[in-house]
Amino acid sequence: MSSIGTGYDVSAGQFSPDGRVFQVEYAHKAVENSGNVIAMRCSEGVVFGVEKLVTSKLYEKGANTRLFAIDEHIGMAVGGVLADGRRVVQIARDEASNYRSSYGMPCPLHVLSDRVASYLHVYTLYGFTRPLGCSVILGSYDVKSDKPELFMIEPSGTNWGYMGCAVGKARQGAKTAIEKVIVNKDLTLEDLAKETAKIVYMVHDEMKDKHFELELGWVGKNSNGFYQRLPEKLFTEAEKFGKDALVESDSDDDI
Amino acid sequence: MFNYESPPHSHTSIMAVQYDKGVLVGADSRTSSGIYVANRVSDKLTQISDRIFCCRSGSAAHTQAIADFVKYGLEMHSTEMGKPPLVHTAAHLFRSTCYEYRDQFTAGIICAGWDELRGGQVYSIPLGGMCVRQPLTIGGSGSTYIYGFCDANYREDFTRSECMEFVQRALALAIRRDGSSGGVIRIVSIEEGGIERFLFTSEDCALLQNF
Repeated sequence: MSSIGTGYDVSAGQFSPDGRVFQVEYAHKAVENSGNVIAMRCSEGVVFGVEKLVTSKLYEKGANTRLFAIDEHIGMAVGGVLADGRRVVQIARDEASNYRSSYGMPCPLHVLSDRVASYLHVYTLYGFTRPLGCSVILGSYDVKSDKPELFMIEPSGTNWGYMGCAVGKARQGAKTAIEKVIVNKDLTLEDLAKETAKIVYMVHDEMKDKHFELELGWVGKNSNGFYQRLPEKLFTEAEKFGKDALVESDSDDDI
Repeated sequence: MFNYESPPHSHTSIMAVQYDKGVLVGADSRTSSGIYVANRVSDKLTQISDRIFCCRSGSAAHTQAIADFVKYGLEMHSTEMGKPPLVHTAAHLFRSTCYEYRDQFTAGIICAGWDELRGGQVYSIPLGGMCVRQPLTIGGSGSTYIYGFCDANYREDFTRSECMEFVQRALALAIRRDGSSGGVIRIVSIEEGGIERFLFTSEDCALLQNF
């Protein structure tokens, strides 16, 4: 890598001569190598899907989740370094609860994501701080205005709204798959949950990562505007849908 | 013997009423220092945002400062949101300020306006820093004289002109009975389409003559 040995990559506080901040690019690398995290939006809400890589059989089931509730109507999925992600979760929860006490109503997601993004950005400005090695995906649904929102914040502090987004080692494949799903404007939230599970299974690389747990979360009409993990029955259905689709495509390969 | 020096107070008659398409806010115009009328044409209807007003009663200095503060906070908020603020939000800001400094402030505020989400709304924020939404609310020393009138004559389905007549009469009656309310009647209508100001003097309103 061109950055190594030049001395410009040891601190986030200095640009390289060609105008890059290498520490921020390294932080992006941390996210690129993580398990896949995806989210999609339809008119009824937002669904999160996580390929949680399990590195040891000794962990309890459900340990080290990458899905978090920020407020009753906001969920967050973390890609990259989980410890850094937890810090962002804490920041987001504080901001959301602050907003509630200041204005007496739930925080709209575009406001929250702006505020959280500014935190990530600040960590890229100084020599004595390390950029956070995580991308976070935020999703919300407002019952009053019937409006879902979906944002992704990167280690650099960039913050965009999305119809669907993906991070992790197979993000390219996942994004292509997402594009095909979201062109259908009439998708229900349950359909979307199944499609999410399908994509997570599809982009999972059996050769590199043996074991993973599927995590699904949603916020939307079905959950009355509350962020929650998928109810057990629906989770099982979506999981089966994902696995079955995989078996089908495998058998296609054999022909 | 007479007190000319206590800080200016709006010993006041103020009110705000919801009608089909928006709200009316109204007030008398007397500001007094003790028995001295410091201003007989003051404006107690203060604009907080495009479609939100507040009616001020209590200490003139306190309520002006609170209104300025809330106006600033609300402007920051609507910039962040990228759209006009909600009346509920404005009322909440008044409440937090009035509640936090309830031991220092003498301020009874009515916050009213129109927004996309809930249409015309009226919120009352009395002395202790409570906040409650009501279709009609009255405030200030003069209000005590017109509770009966308001209860007897208010209807939920007022049109704007009916509502205007109601507010005008109510305030005129309050001014007649209340020694520390007086001057003219100021009314502002707030609707989706915009705001409009009205002024009624003793020439327009027989009840106001000699008050």
